[in-house]
Amino acid sequence: MDSVNRFGPNYSMSNARAAPRRLLHLAVLLSVVFPTAAFGQEAEDEWGVDVRGFALGTYSGRTTGHLPSGSEGRALLLGEERLRLDLTGWTDAAEAEVRIKLDGIHDSVADDVDLDLREAYLDYTTGDLDFRLGRQIATWGVGDLLFINDVFPKDWVSFFSGRPLEYLKIGVDGLRARYSSNLLNAELLAVPRFEPDTMPTPKRFFLHDDYGSVTNRGEDLPDTTLGNTEIGLRLYRKFGSFDLSAYAYRGRWRSPGQRPDDPNNPTRVTSIYPPLSVYGLSAQGQALGGVLSLEGGYYDSRDDRDGDDLAIPNSQVRLLAGYQKQLWKDFTLGAQYYAEIMSDFDAYERSLPAGFAHKERYRDIVTVRLTQFLQHETWKLSLFAFYGPAENDYLLRPQVSYKVTDSLSVALGGNLFGGDDRTTFFGQFDQDDNAYINLRYDF
Amino acid sequence: MKSAVTRVAMTLVLGFVGGVHSADAQAASAEEIMERSQRAFHYAGNDAKGRLTMELIDRNGGKRVRVLTMLRRNQETGGDQKYFMYFHEPGDVRRLTFMVWKYPAREDDRWIFVPAVDLIRRIAAEDKYSSFVGSDFSYEDVSGRDVAEDSHTLVREEQLGVRNSFVIESVPREAAAFTKRVSWIDKENFLPLKEEYYDAQNELQRVFTADSIEDIPVGEGDDRRVYPTIMKRTMRNVKTGHRTEVTVNSVAYDLGLKDADFSERRMRRPPRTWIR
Repeated sequence: MDSVNRFGPNYSMSNARAAPRRLLHLAVLLSVVFPTAAFGQEAEDEWGVDVRGFALGTYSGRTTGHLPSGSEGRALLLGEERLRLDLTGWTDAAEAEVRIKLDGIHDSVADDVDLDLREAYLDYTTGDLDFRLGRQIATWGVGDLLFINDVFPKDWVSFFSGRPLEYLKIGVDGLRARYSSNLLNAELLAVPRFEPDTMPTPKRFFLHDDYGSVTNRGEDLPDTTLGNTEIGLRLYRKFGSFDLSAYAYRGRWRSPGQRPDDPNNPTRVTSIYPPLSVYGLSAQGQALGGVLSLEGGYYDSRDDRDGDDLAIPNSQVRLLAGYQKQLWKDFTLGAQYYAEIMSDFDAYERSLPAGFAHKERYRDIVTVRLTQFLQHETWKLSLFAFYGPAENDYLLRPQVSYKVTDSLSVALGGNLFGGDDRTTFFGQFDQDDNAYINLRYDF
Repeated sequence: MKSAVTRVAMTLVLGFVGGVHSADAQAASAEEIMERSQRAFHYAGNDAKGRLTMELIDRNGGKRVRVLTMLRRNQETGGDQKYFMYFHEPGDVRRLTFMVWKYPAREDDRWIFVPAVDLIRRIAAEDKYSSFVGSDFSYEDVSGRDVAEDSHTLVREEQLGVRNSFVIESVPREAAAFTKRVSWIDKENFLPLKEEYYDAQNELQRVFTADSIEDIPVGEGDDRRVYPTIMKRTMRNVKTGHRTEVTVNSVAYDLGLKDADFSERRMRRPPRTWIR
C-alpha cells in the first residue's frame, strides 16, 4: 500500500487548501479547453458535445460510538451529495477530444459547497503518438489496492470513508505522451504541479501522531517550477502471455514527512514532501488457470540515503505477488502478498527518539478479494480484506450493491479497522470503523 | 481448432479411402457441419464490426439494456481471433472497453479498461461459466466454443419454419456448462437457427433462437459477396424465465482491421470512427 510507511507518525495537516487551488486550475483549464471546442465549430467538419453525469449521495456513519475530540461530523464520518457533469467535446477535423469531469459537492457534515475538478484534458492523436494535456487520472502497476509503481496521488479519506472507489485516485495536472508500436510501447508523463495524497485529519479520524501535542503546524509544498517537474516513464510490451512493464519515476513522496523546528523541544511541525525516485517492473498474465501478477520496485529516498533523517522515509524495496481465479459461476477470488523492506534500518532505529512509534524493517500485507455476482449481475457481494502479519492489524471492506435499474444503484458497505496497536497503519484507525451507503443515479 | 480441422480432414480422407465404419463417417460429417456452422457464425469475413443492443428481460418483463460496439478480427480462418468491445450504455460502464485474444486450443488473454481510474488489467474468467455482462449468454456463446470440445452426432434432418436444417446433438468431452446441446443448423447458410442446452439434471435449461437473418453484402462487381448474419437472436432460460435479446443495429465486414487495432492503445483510446 502506497501509504503504508508514509502514513506513519504524521498526517495531521488539513487538506483545506485544495479547494481554492482547484478552482483556480479549473479557470485555467476551461480557458484552454473552450477555444479548442469553438475551433471545431468553425471547421466544416462535424463536431459535437456530449453531456453525461451522475448524482451521488454518500453517507458514512461511525459504528464504534467514539468521536474524535472536536469531530466535525459527530456520528457522520462523511455525508455529501455530488453532481457529476461529464462533458466531452469532439470534432471530425482531427482525432481530438476535450473532456471535463466536474463534481459539484454539498458537504452535509460541514454544510459547505465546493467544486472538485476530477479531470479536464485535451486528447490528441497523430500517427503512433497519443497526447493528453491537462488534469488526468493516471494508474500504473498491477497491484489490487496495493501500490508500488503507481506513484500517483491518492485520496485516502475517500477510500476509508465510503466514497466509490474511483475517488481513491486524484488527477495530476500534466502532459502525457504515449508511443505505440509492435516492438515497444512507451508512456511519458510530466507533471509540473505537485499534488500530495489526501490524508485523514484529526477533524474526522482518530489517528496516531508522534507530534500530537504540537498544535502549530505548517506545510511546505514544492513550488511549481521546471526543476520540480515530476517525470514518469513506463515502457511496456506483451511478451508471451504476459504484459511486461518497466517504470521509472522522479518526483516526491506524496504523503508528508514531519519536520519539527527543534527535535528536542518541538514547537512547530512542518509537513514536507521529500524527493523520491522509483524504479520498478511488473508482469501480469494468464497462468495457472487464472491471472498472475508480479511487481517490484525500489524507492530511492534521495534526501535520506543514509536513513538517519527521521522526517524523511528511508529508501525501501517493495514486492508484490498476486493471483486471481474464477472458482465458480460469477465468483472470483483474488489473493496478494506484499512486502516492504526498509533500507538502513539500523540508522532509522538510532535516529528514533524515545516514545515514537517504531516501524518494522520488514512489513508485509496479505489481501483477499472475494466477488460474487448474482441475479444477472444486478447484485454484487464483495469483500476486500487487508491483513498485516508483521504488525498484526487489518482492514475489512465488505460491500453489497444492487442495481435497481440501469441508472439507479445502491451500495452498502463498511470499513472495519483493527489491530494490536494504535500506532500501526490500520490499527490507528481502530475507532474509525464505519458503515456507509452510496446512492447513485446516472444520466 | 487446428487439431480439430486436421482431425476432420483425416477422418474424411480415411472415410474416402474406405474401410471406416459408417458411424465414423457420420460423426465426421456432423463435426464438419459444426465446423462450417462455426465459420458462418463466428468467423464470417476477415473482420467485422457491429453495434449491438442487448436487452436483459426478467420473468416480470423488467428490462436492462446494454449497448456495445464489437469488433472482431480473424487471425487465421477457423483459428485465433481478436475481439474488442466498447460499451455505450448503461451510463455507469460507458467507455469501458474489453479485449479478448481468443485461442481455441488454450486459455484466452482478456483485458478490461476502466476509464474512471485509468486502469487496464487482465481478468480471470472461465468463458464456459461466465455470464457475458450479466446476460443469458456466456462468453463462450458470444465468441464460439471449440468444435473439438464436443462429440457431435447428426440425429436427423428436418424443416424448421421455412428452412431446412440438420439437427445435431453435441455432448461435451469434458465438464462444461451444459451436458447436451441440440442444434438446428441451416442447410444452406450453416447458421444455427435454434439450440437447446440441457443441464446437469438432463433437463432443458436454455434455448437459443435466431429470430432474424439477413444477407450483408460486401464489395462490388466480381468482388461482391454476402455474409448471412443473425440480426436478432434470443437466449431464453426456460428454468428462470429470464431471457436476453440481442439486436444487431449495424454490421459491416472486411473493413481491413489491423492486428495493432487490438491493443492497449485502442482500449484506452478507441478511434472515433469505431464508436460513433
